[in-house]
Amino acid sequence: MKGKKTLNKTSKNNFITMGGLLLVYVIVLILKEGGITTNLINGQLVPICAYMIMAISLNLTVGILGELSLGHAGFMSVGAFGGVFIGSLMQQVSDSKTLCLLVAVIAGGLMAALAGLLIGIPVLRLRGDYLAIVTLAFGQIIKSIVNILYIGLDSEGLHVAFINKPEILDDGKMIISGSMGVVGNRKLSTFTFAFIVLMLCLIVIYNLIQSRTGRAIMALRDNRIAAESVGINVTKYKLLVFSISAAMAGMAGTIFAFNYSTVSPTKFDFNTSILVLVFVVLGGLGSMRGSLIAAALLTLLPELLREFSDYRMLVYAIVLILVMLGTNNPKIRDFFAKMFARKKTAKEENANG
Amino acid sequence: MDFLSNVINGISLGSIYAIIALGYTMVYGIAKMLNFAHGDVIMVGAYVCFFMTSRYNMPAIVGILLSMFVCTVLGIMIERLAYKPLRQATSLAVLITAIGMSYFLQNAAQLLWTSNPKVFKSVVGDGGIQLTEGLYVSYVTLVTIAACVIIMIALTVFTGKTKMGKAMRACSEDKGAAQLMGINVNTTISITFAIGSALAAIAGVLLCSAYPNLVPTTGSMPGIKAFTAAVFGGIGSIPGALIGGVLLGIIEIFAKAYISTEISDAIVFGVLIVVLLVKPTGLLGKKISEKV
Amino acid sequence: MKKMKKVVCFGLISAMMLSAFAGCGKKSDSGAIRIGGTGPLTGGAAVYGMAAKRGAEIAVEEINALGGMQFELRYEDDTHDAEKAVNAYNILKDWNVQISLGSVTSQPCVATAAETYADRIFALTPSASATDVTKGKDNMFQMCFSDPNQGSASAQYISEKKLGTKVAIIYKNDDVYSTGIFETFMDKADELGINVVSKTTFNTDSQNDFSVQLGEAQKAGADLVFLPMYYEAAALILDQAKKMNYAPKFFGVDGMDGILTLEGFDTSLAEGVMLLTPFSADATDEKTVNFVKKYNEKFGETPNQFAADAYDCVYAIYEACQKGKVTSDMTAEEVCDIMIEQFTTLKFDGLTGAGMTWGKNGEVTKSPKGMVIENGVYVGLD
Repeated sequence: MKGKKTLNKTSKNNFITMGGLLLVYVIVLILKEGGITTNLINGQLVPICAYMIMAISLNLTVGILGELSLGHAGFMSVGAFGGVFIGSLMQQVSDSKTLCLLVAVIAGGLMAALAGLLIGIPVLRLRGDYLAIVTLAFGQIIKSIVNILYIGLDSEGLHVAFINKPEILDDGKMIISGSMGVVGNRKLSTFTFAFIVLMLCLIVIYNLIQSRTGRAIMALRDNRIAAESVGINVTKYKLLVFSISAAMAGMAGTIFAFNYSTVSPTKFDFNTSILVLVFVVLGGLGSMRGSLIAAALLTLLPELLREFSDYRMLVYAIVLILVMLGTNNPKIRDFFAKMFARKKTAKEENANG
Repeated sequence: MDFLSNVINGISLGSIYAIIALGYTMVYGIAKMLNFAHGDVIMVGAYVCFFMTSRYNMPAIVGILLSMFVCTVLGIMIERLAYKPLRQATSLAVLITAIGMSYFLQNAAQLLWTSNPKVFKSVVGDGGIQLTEGLYVSYVTLVTIAACVIIMIALTVFTGKTKMGKAMRACSEDKGAAQLMGINVNTTISITFAIGSALAAIAGVLLCSAYPNLVPTTGSMPGIKAFTAAVFGGIGSIPGALIGGVLLGIIEIFAKAYISTEISDAIVFGVLIVVLLVKPTGLLGKKISEKV
Repeated sequence: MKKMKKVVCFGLISAMMLSAFAGCGKKSDSGAIRIGGTGPLTGGAAVYGMAAKRGAEIAVEEINALGGMQFELRYEDDTHDAEKAVNAYNILKDWNVQISLGSVTSQPCVATAAETYADRIFALTPSASATDVTKGKDNMFQMCFSDPNQGSASAQYISEKKLGTKVAIIYKNDDVYSTGIFETFMDKADELGINVVSKTTFNTDSQNDFSVQLGEAQKAGADLVFLPMYYEAAALILDQAKKMNYAPKFFGVDGMDGILTLEGFDTSLAEGVMLLTPFSADATDEKTVNFVKKYNEKFGETPNQFAADAYDCVYAIYEACQKGKVTSDMTAEEVCDIMIEQFTTLKFDGLTGAGMTWGKNGEVTKSPKGMVIENGVYVGLD
């Protein structure tokens, strides 16, 4: 009886998150179409959706499975370059933007999922910080491989090379060219498309968490040995989570890449992995709603701080530290809680008087 | 001959990683937190020494001592302001605060000292010893290796024999139990940070003596490499940090020399993954048996 | 805990909402033409962005002091990142920018160039040298040499003057500028029959130790080492080469400029280093002396080529604006058409070259000066 009630509460909460997200989407869309929002905001809508997908997918690994990953941007990179590759090929045969993007996103997701499976294997042997280092290493490896990868397409077909740029005919173009990454990309991503993918990812994650599988995964997080002793298959669930999380990051990567005319391999470096981790921890481990809000706010924050000009990133760092202290230190929390409680009572008194 | 000179180059690079890793592992092994700001404390240490020796023409030893002092104070301040309030919070929360601190230090350094690169004057003098034709060891490398060994021995003795050191190890095993035994956990962790930061200053000075390019982001990549080295050697193991650092340097140079400079990074990290698969707790890490 | 988070979130969201609309209605009525650019003002590449910003500031100050046509300059930080550069550009667009200075570094500039092209805003980048910046865009112009120009000019120069028989190259393979020059250098070297004996790379994550790269060049017997890179890395290479008693000729590109003014750098290390650069802060012509003096007074340091390029950009725009009779009440699109017409016919004298002209593809034609460092100063090679 009791169990059922809590489940309902979680479902209700999830619906609130999804409903809220939908509401924000509709409002932003109306404002955008009405020409009220600034170019800055319009330009950030797609990357924010991509970062939101990144945040919830990493939250699945860190918050639900309980394994620290420092290389999430690596999956994004695989998705971005894999997706752009397939997307560029698709553009040769189809004129439909949405179709090209759709195929690219699916392909990007699949490639990243494969990478996730690959990196999932060491996960089975390693724990804690040792695992974190392996994910970090993975991110670095992806970065340096994409950095020397050249793929060109011309009437003779595909040219793939490492280190040295291949010769391509004049009618062709380079799809991926080493350190330059992708250049001259057609901007296919739209806000609506990115939002739909985000929504789908969110639904998948919520369903996963609430399913039998999800409970098994959380049991693994809370106590691996106990979970194993009741017959939960560690290998299966860990690999499952790693590949789902990677697939979503890959899709985010494709959407992100198709929002810009150029993407470089160095974009998906250690700093980006860390940035996504900041979204997750700031939003709260295991809380998808928190991840969504943190991703949106922290992506916008550096832009909002431009008023401070040279001091911008300094202020960003200070805000980050203060927010972490404010949300995690019991004393500061109590202090604020008291302050607001006092304000409230004061207000009530005024209202009464 | 080629092989030997590559080994020497590897050790030179590795000794720099090792000396950073020693400071890293000090904080990391005891406070059990990934102090991502460590690399930036290194940068601050190098800047302080740079200004003392190059701008004010002080002798190198004054520069080193002063930068150790500044870094120690900085380390304690960072710990008090940013990490201590989060003693009860999850380790990930502290990790994020450390990242914030790292951004803060980098940007503060840029505002204070501009982003113009500076060339650091080596504190041990240029030059070195020519062993035979093509085999050359610079003084910086010799000093770094000596410093690594001295620091490693000193730290091992300190944590193994002294009362404070024992308190540190107790804290790293179980903070709650340590407190019950009458150990002041806060003071112990503060002292750990103080020592770690003083070591960061030394590492910063030696890093920039070997590779004299000083910018506000000087410390970040060596910091990550040192973290890698510390994990490679086994978390919390002081000799492990030394061995991990030196091996990392040798692998990097070998990958560049014998395979390809283009993909040396991929090879270094690939080797790292393989080693961790074979030895899941690093080279010298303790195998911890889990209990339910 | 939840409450606190809610409060913080609420605060941030309301701030966000405010800023979402704050951009509207902010139009300057000062009668000045609005020029905007993006560049890395923070982070690892900040040194280039700051220099460009400051160079442009000095030019705008000088022009405004003349009376007549007035400029208003705004630089936004892009942290050397394409994504942030587009954000920064959008802020400039919200500010109703009329003429763009593109971005300072190549990769971000490719991203903002696509935007300026779509929005029909004229752009002249001081220093983004990749060909992809201008490729296929009629309203995108460069003040610096393009990478291929530098690469092939260097190869040509080395071959013509017979500077080396065996050439080694060290380049930064995660940097667009460095790989761009490397690729075209190799093409030209093949054509001219230059014997390249060693090619090695480094990257951002490992740009401290060059023992292997230099060792390989030495073993291959290279008597000239080509360094297509910026001066910080080059300074380390010179230092390490000296320590290993390896003394080939070193040949650099315009990114090498700045090495002599590097604080604490032992200039004797750079003795005999050759480079192709359009600008040198030691030049004795009146314009350069004046600029270097002003820059020094204002910012307390010696300007590098980024500052000079940005300074020239503003003056070139000024000249084109005067010839095309651009006024501050024109739309960016109108200005764009005028500027394209003016720039393709303009002949401009600046700090970084005399008689500069631009082709329809946006690339500049100016002659690189071969310089050699002797006794700590640049001396013309010819």
